[in-house]
Amino acid sequence: MSDATNDSTVGAPARADDPQAQKRADQNVSKSGQMLAADGTPLKRSLARALRRQKLRALMLIAPLLIFVLLTFIAPIADMLFRSVENEIVPETLPRTVELLGSWDHESDEAPGGEVFEAFYYDMALAAQLKNHTRLGTRLNYETTGISSLFRQSGRDIEDIGDVYLDQFEDLNEAWEEPATWIALMGDPDWRAGYTEWFDDGQEGAPPGFRPSEAAEEMLPRTTAVYQNFATFTAGARRDSLAEDEPWPVAYTALYQDLMATPAAADAFDGDTAALLREAAGALSDFETVDFRSYFIDEIDEDWGDPNVWATIQTFSGPVTSGYFLNAVDMRQTADGAAMQPEDQQIYGLLFKRTLFMSLTIMGCCILLAYPVAYLLANLPMRTANLLMILVLLPFWTSLLVRTSAWKVMLQQQGVINDVLVWLGLIGDGSRLVMINNQFGTIVAMTHILLPFMILPMYSVMSTIPPSYVRAAKSLGATNWTAFWRVYFPQSVPGIGAGSILVFILAIGYYITPEIVGGTTGTFISNRIAYHISSSLNWGLAAALGTILLAVVLILYWAYDKIVGIDNVKLGG
Amino acid sequence: MNISKTLLATTVLTVAGGGVAAQDMADSMTLVSWGGAYQNSQVKAYVEPYLEANSDVSVTWDESSPEAVAKLRAMAEANNITWDLVDVTAADAMRLCDEGLAMEVDHDDILAAAPDGTEASDDFGDMIVSDCFIPQIAYSITNAYRTDVEEWNGATPTDICALFDTETFPGQRTLERRPINNMEWALMCDGVPFEEIYEVLETEEGQDRALAKLDTIKDQTIWWSSAAESIQTLADGEAVIGSSYNGRFFSAIAEQDQPLAMLWDAQVYDIDGWVIPAGLPDDRLNRVLDFLYFATDTQRLADQAKYISYGPARQSSAPLVSTHAELGIEMAPHMPTNPENSQNSFVQNYEWWADYRDDIDAKFQSWLAQ
Repeated sequence: MSDATNDSTVGAPARADDPQAQKRADQNVSKSGQMLAADGTPLKRSLARALRRQKLRALMLIAPLLIFVLLTFIAPIADMLFRSVENEIVPETLPRTVELLGSWDHESDEAPGGEVFEAFYYDMALAAQLKNHTRLGTRLNYETTGISSLFRQSGRDIEDIGDVYLDQFEDLNEAWEEPATWIALMGDPDWRAGYTEWFDDGQEGAPPGFRPSEAAEEMLPRTTAVYQNFATFTAGARRDSLAEDEPWPVAYTALYQDLMATPAAADAFDGDTAALLREAAGALSDFETVDFRSYFIDEIDEDWGDPNVWATIQTFSGPVTSGYFLNAVDMRQTADGAAMQPEDQQIYGLLFKRTLFMSLTIMGCCILLAYPVAYLLANLPMRTANLLMILVLLPFWTSLLVRTSAWKVMLQQQGVINDVLVWLGLIGDGSRLVMINNQFGTIVAMTHILLPFMILPMYSVMSTIPPSYVRAAKSLGATNWTAFWRVYFPQSVPGIGAGSILVFILAIGYYITPEIVGGTTGTFISNRIAYHISSSLNWGLAAALGTILLAVVLILYWAYDKIVGIDNVKLGG
Repeated sequence: MNISKTLLATTVLTVAGGGVAAQDMADSMTLVSWGGAYQNSQVKAYVEPYLEANSDVSVTWDESSPEAVAKLRAMAEANNITWDLVDVTAADAMRLCDEGLAMEVDHDDILAAAPDGTEASDDFGDMIVSDCFIPQIAYSITNAYRTDVEEWNGATPTDICALFDTETFPGQRTLERRPINNMEWALMCDGVPFEEIYEVLETEEGQDRALAKLDTIKDQTIWWSSAAESIQTLADGEAVIGSSYNGRFFSAIAEQDQPLAMLWDAQVYDIDGWVIPAGLPDDRLNRVLDFLYFATDTQRLADQAKYISYGPARQSSAPLVSTHAELGIEMAPHMPTNPENSQNSFVQNYEWWADYRDDIDAKFQSWLAQ
């Protein structure tokens, strides 16, 4: 912002030896002694305005980049990280069940009672219509094996319960088959008028949103809730409409239960609807009924009687969960709190440690190899240095996959290096070296791939170190080694720092090279993250692993700043 | 009920109106497939013929099938589905259907009947493993071995257990870096009868037993994650026996003359086919349905087998399978469904793996990393 004050036309201090300037300056002081700008406004305000304008202009200049970074970088990452705790799907899909299940004791050896099953029936029947139940099954299957198929199976069978009631209502009176009966029964009169008008006018645009009548809400609460869901669903679907489809079977179950609870419900209605309801209420005692609990356990799947399944739903019933983070550190969330995973399923701790260890090794190898190269580049005559620089950059421009595959050809047991060694007679044909598909292969290939990221910052720092310092040291009697170690090396440390940070951070998140040459012992945590993103679809766990990795990098960066100091990092000049 | 009569009358009108709208078709499609020889067979067998008949239509390919489920899920979350038809394996189709990302279809309604009038759903039969899935081909994951290994002293592998027999068949193996199929093969060679494999694999002991069997070859195995790797490893002589897709083996053996031979024993059938992403706009959906009707009829599926050794998913296509388009060899003997090849074979148990995948995979990866 220093430019702002220089550029502004105000506030240049008057010099005493310049009479004209002194005169101008006098004019710039108001009667109250305040400094004024040329246009008469107080200098302070004028200066502030100029500065603000400068800032605004600067902000507008970077605005496109800022918005770009926010939208394409920060927002998606924040969104992804949030997935590591997000668990909305359970309370959203099973709202009634989750509420009732809170008071169930998971240590009892029995599945919850009939109430919970009734709530679960409604949740599940609605979810099955909206096709949400299988997604929930997949989510809970991450925690307890077998839930996925349990939910899929139950989604198929659950309509049967509603069909029992549906058939009986329709046998009683055919009017129950008519969508219009339901519109008349459930809808608010004003809404009905609006809906009929919309329907008759060729159904242009969206239909008016469904509104239940007061009578329905009061007398038939369950049915109203189900019908409301049905109305929302049909409004969203493309070819369906309330006037053309009879409601889902679960609506008939709800109607049966409502009428059982309030036999006099018909009194709140009038006309045909009241007659229909009265007729139905009179016939209810002869209806065949379904006991939800026994139907689920005996007819749909005996696993519904397994308290473990219910304990899983109970444990993961909140809108946020720490389960993914626990999984990411080889633990798991159980009904009794966090517990370690069984030993034969622990893998992430090992992978995190391995990723850190190998990244550090790769960084070390890069420093060792890059330092002499950068030194040569910085100290050779320009022509030779340029040629060398091209050799450094050439592999940098070659496709990553090509370079990785080339290492495969070089290092494999039937590969170039082994062939040469066998030909020279250094090793026998039967004892070829194993150099790929393990840690060694990964370290070699990644060191090669990341080397330019170390050489370039080192080179740009070294090329600014004046050769006269070393000459001066030598002329004062230092040996070659002392001159290098005491004079040259300390000046090149910022380059090493910059290169190390670059290489380490790139290495820790590397994915493709370890995947190809890593075998079983040379893979990184990123390979597991990729697996959970694209194969197992456990995005929550992938996000948790990613968050931990990000945190580790930030902590290391902070530690580096404390120990070495981030001011000591130079990318050039 | 006044309203009901009015409504009924208008319903008829709406349905009639819908019929007119169905003619409205998009003039471009984005198809998603696997790339390579397989996608080429699709192009030759039915995409090019379709484009010839509909010159105003253009097709864009996206070779994203390996990550189709993840990408489609991301597209659905962003509410921007750019794909029109996606080629996936049966297991992925099931997951897409489970997640509500693929559209459920009525097979008899949208697909052509067989020439003899058999309904599509009967013609495809068991291949329809999910309501969203429109099968195209049956392939298998099976094994092949090098024919020039001196240490074997002329012995040739005849059954799957050659994989575990390091005495008779020394040398490196190459297997897929995931539990599916490997666990089954391990149990099979550990003496578990065919029918009981999944029952055994459900228990902790069964899983440990399978891993213990794999332990015997663990340090002599190169684990692949893409099928091309396994072919390369075998072709370079890095491994002497290993698994991959039968179509890949066919092209290595028949088209590239590699010294490899098939080991069909205990091949695992899998099915590949189309799914339509859920929530396509009408015009794009109409175009896709029009294309699908053509691309999955009996003759088109039989044509596909001219270019790749995968069995057509329709029973009525099998008799029409002829010779390879360029090499002129009979394709039938190279099909996984050929009776001689399928004497001992099994179909992947998709539902079972959908339940146990997460658990067993964690175990398998942890076992690998040790």
